[in-house]
Amino acid sequence: MTRIVVGPFNRVEGDLEVSLDLDAGRIRSAQVNSPLFRGFEQVLIGRSPLDALAIVPRICGICSVSQSAAAAAALADAMGIVPTVNGKISRNLKCATENLADHLTHFYLFFMPDFARAAYAGRPWHEAVAQRFTAVSGTAAAEVLPARAGFLRMMGFLAGRWPHTLAIQPGGSTRAITAGERIRLLALLREFRGFVEKRLFGDALAAVGQLASKDQLLAWADGRAGDFPAFLKAAADLGLDRVGQAYDRFLSYGAYDLFPAGTWQAGEGAELAPVAIAEDTTRSWLATGQARHPTQGETIVDANKPDAYTWCKAPRYAGQAYEVGALARQVVAGHPLALDLVRRDGASVMARVVARMLELALVLPAMESWVQALQPGEPFCAHGDMPDDATGTGLVEAARGSLGHWLSIRRGRIDRYQIIAPTTWNFSPRDSESQPGPLEQALVGLPAGAGAPPTVQHVVRSFDPCMVCTVH
Amino acid sequence: MKVLWLQSGGCGGCTQSLLCSEPRSLFDELRDAGIEFLWHPALSVESGEEALAILEDCAEGRLAFDALCIEGAMLRGPNGTGRFHLMAGSGRPLTEWVERLAQRAKWVFAVGSCTAYGGFSANTPGNPLEACGLQFDEQTPGGLLGAGFESSAGLPVINIAGCPTHPGWVVDTLEKAELEGLSKADLDDYGRPLLYAGQLVHHGCARNEYYEFKASALKQSDLGCLMENLGCKGTQAHADCNLRPWNGNGSCLRGGFACIACTEPGFESPGHAFQETPKLAGIPIGLPADMPKAWFVALAALSKSATPARVRNNAVVDHPVVIPVVRKKGGGK
Repeated sequence: MTRIVVGPFNRVEGDLEVSLDLDAGRIRSAQVNSPLFRGFEQVLIGRSPLDALAIVPRICGICSVSQSAAAAAALADAMGIVPTVNGKISRNLKCATENLADHLTHFYLFFMPDFARAAYAGRPWHEAVAQRFTAVSGTAAAEVLPARAGFLRMMGFLAGRWPHTLAIQPGGSTRAITAGERIRLLALLREFRGFVEKRLFGDALAAVGQLASKDQLLAWADGRAGDFPAFLKAAADLGLDRVGQAYDRFLSYGAYDLFPAGTWQAGEGAELAPVAIAEDTTRSWLATGQARHPTQGETIVDANKPDAYTWCKAPRYAGQAYEVGALARQVVAGHPLALDLVRRDGASVMARVVARMLELALVLPAMESWVQALQPGEPFCAHGDMPDDATGTGLVEAARGSLGHWLSIRRGRIDRYQIIAPTTWNFSPRDSESQPGPLEQALVGLPAGAGAPPTVQHVVRSFDPCMVCTVH
Repeated sequence: MKVLWLQSGGCGGCTQSLLCSEPRSLFDELRDAGIEFLWHPALSVESGEEALAILEDCAEGRLAFDALCIEGAMLRGPNGTGRFHLMAGSGRPLTEWVERLAQRAKWVFAVGSCTAYGGFSANTPGNPLEACGLQFDEQTPGGLLGAGFESSAGLPVINIAGCPTHPGWVVDTLEKAELEGLSKADLDDYGRPLLYAGQLVHHGCARNEYYEFKASALKQSDLGCLMENLGCKGTQAHADCNLRPWNGNGSCLRGGFACIACTEPGFESPGHAFQETPKLAGIPIGLPADMPKAWFVALAALSKSATPARVRNNAVVDHPVVIPVVRKKGGGK
């Protein structure tokens, strides 16, 4: 048996290293290392509670708004206030803009360039894919960057700027939208819809959102011009519909009042019980104790701990590793296409990408209706007092999955602040029961090492990892 | 210009912001100016051993590059080991890679305030990560590379500070270097390019009328000036945020929230709550740059007494309740 270390694993957000034990060219076991520590949970302690709104977006430059939204929700919980109707719509619009922009960035800039690799030269789809998706110089980059920047103009109106806004407040938004600006927002959404329908799908959003099974999906893609159909053809050829399965246990906190919260395992959905969440630090460079619920969580560095191999904690739900992300959201929400993909073949590289594309098709039309529901002239922000002693929880869905903030306030200051980010779930290390994290499990059995195809690259990136959040 | 880019103790937000460069695709814009990424962690295809080979060749002088762009604070801890960030696949502290590569670079750019001055950890009591900037430890010269460091172009580290950086600040600075070169006269005392740091955030603020009349916001979402009560430092912070819009037409002030001076060293720990203005005897402590306090107090008193009802009433609500009066022809008398 040989061990190889793969890193820097780039085109993810942040730094990532994967250690693989190989047996006859196949992965026997994997260890995922998040090699960068950020220390934000320490930075927050002792601060004025509302300072969290200025600090937490800076955990992550790609899920910045999600971090803000989780903090605002936790603070609102502590204050006992709810956002105004406009404030809530505005927050949903900001979160959805970031999440959909992230889906686009992931697909075009992080994920697809691997299919342009020389290792696939000779496959029937390779020449066209290489021309379109080669990193930086492919024809897609020149189109997708202006489309992305244009879409993120939504944030210029709603949040002042992206990333790192302070517009998201416990009671809603600092930025009221006028009647005239509502027209601009609709125009920006139309423009983005145009790009997605013409270039990404080669079809109307509604047609994609209605696909209900793997068979329908592949029949739809057959012969269709579009970047998503191009992926589906390559993925089917490479068997990526059967590669990358972890545990098929999924969790979602629910998003935008459009997708419900819940869990799903062994073919059955269940209600989410946040009390069942605990973080284990057995194999992290952090002090070990009992696995703790985040309301009791601690982050104490122990850099010389034997047997530890990552700065990432191991979150578990009822003691088990769960996968989060767009696929988890859509399975929990019961979308027939996501369910069919998982029931037939288990979670896979293809299923995870399909779920992101599905969200583009489903959420963009919802955003158009939210903009129309904004009521200029009605308040965008509710106000309240910050108690000297309180606790609060904020659970949101970032692009790459479930993000939770748990805070407690004592004598007017932040006393404890614990964060569980999406990739902390997906790229967690082993726990006290030696249960591998979802990615560690998903890599077992895959080809790797000298001469192997880039399968590992696809599987790792299919989770759309965000390492800077992971090691907040 | 060949650009080598590395990330460390930061959020990656400066790259995400850079990708919002408009109106052209960032890659087209840079390519036509003669600028290319030799390797960028978020964008390049090379991964693992292929990427390490590029970095090693650059560090050993076997592969030429011009600009070293670093994004994120330098993490020297724990206990000076640099283990808070060992670069994946290499087992070596990222700080060591930066020190080696900086010796080979014509220009070294610190992209973002973390990289320039040290970021949040450096501003937390005890600095748990032992973080610093490339050539500053907050306001103090030094940092990882030392106060005396100069790249082969004879320049200190160029600090494109901001949290995050505006895409235009990075693109314009790189293009200035490529097309005309950079000199020390192009930088301010904190190493920031004057092409954006020669302005104050206050310049061009859409809330200027409220500022003129000291018609102040009282609570989040109010339209009034954010300086008196809600922590705005736009009159002190160096950047052109209200002259060079963000994401089409935005800025922090246009977004309805305070400038927290994210281009300034030490902004992470202002010594007061971010969204509150510290005051002494009812007067904000942090007065506009270049303005004597007595003048400010006198002008503020005068302008408050002259505030039109429209400005006064609109300042404390989230949408205008009084619109500017329409003067009809011949209706003046």
